[in-house]
Amino acid sequence: MTTTAPALTNATLQAADPILEIKNLSVDYGFGDDPTHVLQDVSLTLNRGEVLGLAGESGCGKSTLAYGATRLLPPPGVIRGGEVIFTGRDGVKTDILTLNDKDLRTARWRDFAIVFQGAMNSLNPVHRVGTQLIDAIKAHGKTATKQEARDRAAYVLEMVGINADRLKAYPHQLSGGMRQRVMIAMALVLEPELLIMDEPTTALDVVMQRQILEEITDLRDRLGFSVIFITHDVSLLVEVADRIAIMYAGEIVEAADAKDAYLRPRHPYTRGLLNSFPPLRGPRRELQGIPGSPPDMAKLPSGCRFADRCPFVMDRCRTEDPALSRTALKMSEPERLVACHLHDGKASEVPAELAIQAPQK
Amino acid sequence: MRFFIRRGIFYIVTAWAAVTLNFFLPRMMPGDPVSSLIIKSGGQISPDAINSLKVLFGLDNGQSLWEQYTSYWNQLFHGDLGLSFAFFPTPVSSVIQQSLPWTVGLVGIATILSVILGTTVGTLIGWRRGTKADAVLPVATFFSAVPYFWFGLIAILLFAVTWDFFPASKGYQPGLIPAWNWEFISSVLWHGILPALTIVVSSISGWILGMRNMMVTVSSEDYVTVAQAKGLKERRVMVSYAARNAVLPQISSFALALGFIVGGTLVMEMVFSYPGIGFVLYQAVTASDYPLMQGCFLVITLAILVANMMADVVYAFLDPRTRQEG
Amino acid sequence: MTTVDTNNLEPQELPRPDAPGVSHTKQGPPKPKKGSQFVFLRNSKAITGMIILGFFVIIAIIGPWIAPYDPDAFSDQLVAPPSWEHWLGTTHLGQDVLSQLLVGTRYVMIVGFTAGVLATILAVIVGVTAGYLGGWSDEGLSLLSNIFLVIPALPLLIIIASSLDGGMIVIAGVISLTAWAWGARVLRAQTMSHRKRDYVEASRANGESTWRIVLAEILPNLTAIIASSFVATVTFAILTQVTLAFIGVTSPTDWNWGTILYWAQGNQALARGAWWWFVPAGLCIAAVGVALALINFGIDEFVNPRLRSTGRYARVLRKRGVQARVGFTPIDRGTTHGGVAATPQPGSPPGGNSFAPEPSGEIPASTNVKG
Repeated sequence: MTTTAPALTNATLQAADPILEIKNLSVDYGFGDDPTHVLQDVSLTLNRGEVLGLAGESGCGKSTLAYGATRLLPPPGVIRGGEVIFTGRDGVKTDILTLNDKDLRTARWRDFAIVFQGAMNSLNPVHRVGTQLIDAIKAHGKTATKQEARDRAAYVLEMVGINADRLKAYPHQLSGGMRQRVMIAMALVLEPELLIMDEPTTALDVVMQRQILEEITDLRDRLGFSVIFITHDVSLLVEVADRIAIMYAGEIVEAADAKDAYLRPRHPYTRGLLNSFPPLRGPRRELQGIPGSPPDMAKLPSGCRFADRCPFVMDRCRTEDPALSRTALKMSEPERLVACHLHDGKASEVPAELAIQAPQK
Repeated sequence: MRFFIRRGIFYIVTAWAAVTLNFFLPRMMPGDPVSSLIIKSGGQISPDAINSLKVLFGLDNGQSLWEQYTSYWNQLFHGDLGLSFAFFPTPVSSVIQQSLPWTVGLVGIATILSVILGTTVGTLIGWRRGTKADAVLPVATFFSAVPYFWFGLIAILLFAVTWDFFPASKGYQPGLIPAWNWEFISSVLWHGILPALTIVVSSISGWILGMRNMMVTVSSEDYVTVAQAKGLKERRVMVSYAARNAVLPQISSFALALGFIVGGTLVMEMVFSYPGIGFVLYQAVTASDYPLMQGCFLVITLAILVANMMADVVYAFLDPRTRQEG
Repeated sequence: MTTVDTNNLEPQELPRPDAPGVSHTKQGPPKPKKGSQFVFLRNSKAITGMIILGFFVIIAIIGPWIAPYDPDAFSDQLVAPPSWEHWLGTTHLGQDVLSQLLVGTRYVMIVGFTAGVLATILAVIVGVTAGYLGGWSDEGLSLLSNIFLVIPALPLLIIIASSLDGGMIVIAGVISLTAWAWGARVLRAQTMSHRKRDYVEASRANGESTWRIVLAEILPNLTAIIASSFVATVTFAILTQVTLAFIGVTSPTDWNWGTILYWAQGNQALARGAWWWFVPAGLCIAAVGVALALINFGIDEFVNPRLRSTGRYARVLRKRGVQARVGFTPIDRGTTHGGVAATPQPGSPPGGNSFAPEPSGEIPASTNVKG
């Protein structure tokens, strides 16, 4: 890594109003003799009011990043280091990783809420929807009376387009889309400042996907929370996200403004990922996909982790791990970071498809 | 509703199967127990009783198997299970009637206690893994590997012979007349403690291990993580989200394991000479009292069916998915 | 009688209401590497169980030869406590308890394993047929196994055994008739889940015969469940056989652990305080039971990785003062642990966090995103 990274971090801190800063987060699966290092020193910053998209193939560590940062990673996950700084509206900074259990419980759902992947399993099958909504309200003592809690639950349910009489329903009586809406309503019940959405629409059909996405965008505009949106579908992110971070094999390989990343990918992996999905709207492209499969996290190759699948692989890629830094392209891209040797200025030539010019303003 | 209809059909078929099995059992046995009894009784046995026994054992050679079967059912519906040889000439039904309350009291209370305690302990150690409480597991494994009756023997040796804390046998002080007075009731309680404790100790480990495993499995369900993410109190997550779901298979396994448990506790009655149905069965076996054996088997099976039905109701009460049609 | 065998099987057996696979553990622990069939043999619980069981199998084979006395032979030392002459004391007739125990092991093992084999064969036939065929044959066979599960085995066996003058094979056969239902139930559920999987669908689409699919495709995948059901059945058979012998409905002159207890109970061993008469036999039953239970835990942990990982990681973490819990991922900064320090840890960038290990001279792979 070059020494520019810390400078960039500092610049970030000064320039914007961050709500969540993940710094050098390291996560292992397993403990003892042979743990798998699924995340090593990953850093990510989310600004207030922003929708940050986190994309990558399954197994790339995007969910691990989100759950690690909130300490919700199930065993055998272990956090091996890093900081997760949450900055509240009042400007108070807390490191989620150093909170004690009690404070963490208090912060959860009030400061940051999560919409889990697969709403099928996220709802407790033996309790009514209402009970589960009110549970969250009561745990944080936000409402004094039972009636107020119920009113609040009914309110958020209607907010996501579900009739309030569904409070009495059990999860198995709801359709997949309804359950996902319930989960979104549940996440918003305490008006958190940060919402983490883990593949919130993956299990749904395209029509439902679209409805839910529109709802999320709409709710964000009304309530003003910040979002980390995790998905494997990059074209989806372009619709909702302000900024996109692409992950590959436990590392962030490219981060950029959503439109920039979509129209002008710089990392070969980003490009491959974009070509694997049909765009939700706009002109059709030829779908290509990426040959090969991600490396085994237990046996990572030296050098660039994408080298084995990269169409532009060079000798250096096999030995040197590229750092996430600005591109050496002759255009100003302050919003963009890429971890690729093609862009560090030493490569003789950057392939044309990774060096598309932005239109002049 | 479909759940209950299905279960209802199952119970009817099982009851029919048990009765039919009971009908065929003596017909497959060698020898003619009835004739030897008639000879032994020296003419004191009434013709009616002989006839009833003949129906029971299929000795009425003039009848076809089907006729025998129908008259057997007919007898059953009149509550006639034949005469006991061991307690001659008491009818089997009265012998069972006297012993059943003892078993239901002892085995019922001890089993329910064991289930509740075991499930609670299993919940705790399944939830908090890697604590010192895990030391319970090897102990529970040992206890669950030992036959109930051997525990009974050890309990008697320790707490009745070596230290004279509890009586070693019988359901109440010999010489007392059963009645609803304090003297009798306290004697019953006093005699019940050791067998009840032994049943609890020997059966509890199964519930601990079962619940612990289910807690481990359920703990990794998403809804438990969601509950933690919501910042609920630890207790609320453990009880209302994890244990509440983990207990469902525990109930179905209770219903299915009941046959095993009741078998084991019946032997416990034999060890303690407790006047329940297990001890009666033991006496019947020693005296080759076939009608009594069959009666015991039938009543025990029906009792287990009733317990299963209760477990079904509890299950349906706890799991909203079964209550739904479809 | 014990309930452990029934409960242990429960986690795999239950129809789970949730859809499988969709969970954030997706990228979870790495899959067992090649040769995972033998992972089971590395499980310490299973190994301990195998060793104990192996010991008793050897005793079953050589017991009658190494027994110091004829188990039936009388002597004038009546109800004598353990001594150099009689390591485990004597009975009311002066018989040597140790010799009875050694000779009786064979009977217990033969009945246990014969019944286990017979019942498992029945369970596989009924369970796999019901699970694979589905429809009405499934309804019928399931009903049959449920009936056999609900009807109390022991009273029935007492009645049957007391009217038969059978040797050990007859007893084993009768026990197996009452012991197959649980295994059948578990195997049915497993077969049903396999039947719907892709590889079976593919074979069916290829036009392979039902027999071939069942024998070559499905059965190999049920090995662990069949083994577990076999072990549970052996446990049940041994306990049942000992119980029957203790009650005295099997021949009291055939030595096994249950008959020792039968004679002890019938001759006031308790009132005489002759613990050596009935304690060792019970401990032997317990030892075999524990051994079988351990083997089954090993199989369970092999089949259900959730059970496996939890215990191990929890123990390692506890040693370091960290508790593994759902919903509160443990944080272990790993500054003291040798094994972890040895792995190349990327250094923290200047101005980074104070908890990270010292910069190691490696090129840090830290990734920062500018917002």
